[in-house]
Amino acid sequence: MTCRGLSADRVSRTLGGRLVLDGVSLTPERGATVGLLGPNGSGKSTLLRLLAGLLEPTSGIVTLDGRSLGDLGRRVLARRVAVVEQQTDTQLPLTVLDAVRLGRIPHRGALQPVSAEDHAAVRAALDHTGLADKADRRWQTLSGGERQRVQIARALAQRPRELLLDEPTNHLDIQHQFDLLNLLADLPLTTVVALHDLNLAAMYCDQLVIMDRGRVVAAGRPPEVLTEELIARVYGVHAVVTREPGGYPHVRFVRSGVRERECGVS
Amino acid sequence: MSVTRLGAGSRLPLLLLGATAALAVSIAVAITIGPADIGVGDVWSAVAARLGIGHSDLSAIRDGIVWNLRLPRTVLAAVCGAGLAVCGTIMQSLLRNPLADPFVLGVSSGASTGAVLVVVLGAGGGVLSLSAGAFAGAAVSFACVLVLSHVLGGTTDRVVLSGVAVMQLFSALTSFVVLTSADAETTRGVLFWLLGSLSNAGWAEVVTCLAVLAATLLVCAGYARSLDAFAFGEDAAATLGIAVARTRLVLLCATALLTAVLVSSVGAIGFVGLVLPHAARTVTGPNHTRLLPATALAGAVFLVWVDTLARTVLDPQEVPVGVVTALIGVPAFVLVLYRARGAR
Repeated sequence: MTCRGLSADRVSRTLGGRLVLDGVSLTPERGATVGLLGPNGSGKSTLLRLLAGLLEPTSGIVTLDGRSLGDLGRRVLARRVAVVEQQTDTQLPLTVLDAVRLGRIPHRGALQPVSAEDHAAVRAALDHTGLADKADRRWQTLSGGERQRVQIARALAQRPRELLLDEPTNHLDIQHQFDLLNLLADLPLTTVVALHDLNLAAMYCDQLVIMDRGRVVAAGRPPEVLTEELIARVYGVHAVVTREPGGYPHVRFVRSGVRERECGVS
Repeated sequence: MSVTRLGAGSRLPLLLLGATAALAVSIAVAITIGPADIGVGDVWSAVAARLGIGHSDLSAIRDGIVWNLRLPRTVLAAVCGAGLAVCGTIMQSLLRNPLADPFVLGVSSGASTGAVLVVVLGAGGGVLSLSAGAFAGAAVSFACVLVLSHVLGGTTDRVVLSGVAVMQLFSALTSFVVLTSADAETTRGVLFWLLGSLSNAGWAEVVTCLAVLAATLLVCAGYARSLDAFAFGEDAAATLGIAVARTRLVLLCATALLTAVLVSSVGAIGFVGLVLPHAARTVTGPNHTRLLPATALAGAVFLVWVDTLARTVLDPQEVPVGVVTALIGVPAFVLVLYRARGAR
């Protein structure tokens, strides 16, 4: 059995004696944007860390093109899979350009000079993320949204085929959330992204995976997955799901204790 | 706001060439300064004669002052300055801590304890020299830090905390031994050494320190780009293909070895390893391929002049060089941070 791309097969993981991931399988379709949803502590971040090779599964296996991540070697993996962490910071006086250039590290030997391909990859990543005119800005002067874009540009400079992101829209205002997800959805990469906002996930993801207490409780296209029943079961809140003109579902939460009739559109 | 940096791109070779020239000039000038009244031309011709160029008319005593006292001391100052600055840079980058310096791993306090045990208590039965005792102490304390940080979970902050804990322990031991067993004269001698002094410099120390410095610089050159990858933390470095655990262990051991050798020769000269990396970074940026050679040269020039000051300012009395580095270093540190403030 050889499967193309990144794949988790019945992976479990215990952390501090607690089972945080319990037999999860995930094989993103090539080029698809897969949204990981679920309450806090449902195992989204742990699953992403396993897919990134930062954690090893207690049982089960994560493979890239059919080969176990453990056998691949860090550098080979870093040329294929790029990771954007939830929140990153540095004390160093880095510029945007310095930070994006880090993405070329897996492609160069220890003493190899900068190649034309390195320059091209960094330039393309800056252009793609709209940061070309901010290349000389210091990291410390950037807003939260700009910092996230820098990290995505760094990830793109790695020229990966798989991109993993852990809640990249956290702490961003709504416009920047849209900007960021537009950028991600247009990338020709297989993307796995942990998100909190169900509606944004429904709008931008090709597939959704809903996690709860370390297990996958639903997976599939957004309209199949995001149902009132599932939201009540996983999140413990009451919601009304309608269908938008674009075909994707829209989730409207209902305040508990308030009867639905009173919340209807007046 | 745009940041202009010297040394970016093609200006780097020029910058390093300039710094190397500055170092050569610094050494050449520093050896002409001293209590014995020897003319500038005589000093240089004495050195040239020893190197096989021409001959010197200087008396044997004066020739000895230049060749066996001033020159090795000045060269050792350069080597120590370079070594401490490089170790500080690596510690700050690896541990992601702007307050890290070469002594953060407890090496200097372990060295002090070892030196005190030899000098005050006569440990080693007279066979061990002060330097050997200091080196043994440094090795023991570094081993303690490694084991402790591993037991505590092996994360970056655990390394720093283990270093602080071990440093406190060995400092207390040193104080205890000095206070209970040393007479006034020995105490003064130990204290002088603890503050850092180049007054015992000879060619043997120069050769040892220079060899270890060269080896460490070679190792660091191979890891310069890996160090860049640590900018956003160890996980980020791992996703950039860096073997984090191995890189950290190799670099911690290399810097601890170099620091231990330097401390055993000249004592714990503070502040060079803390301040110089910050100063050099404002000039070259955080890229280690540029930063490491620049820091080494800056540290070398800095310590050559600080030591010249230390041995002449209160002539005939000598001020421990560690005191002068702190007296100059603190205001310089404040100035560097003040200037960097606008960019944050």
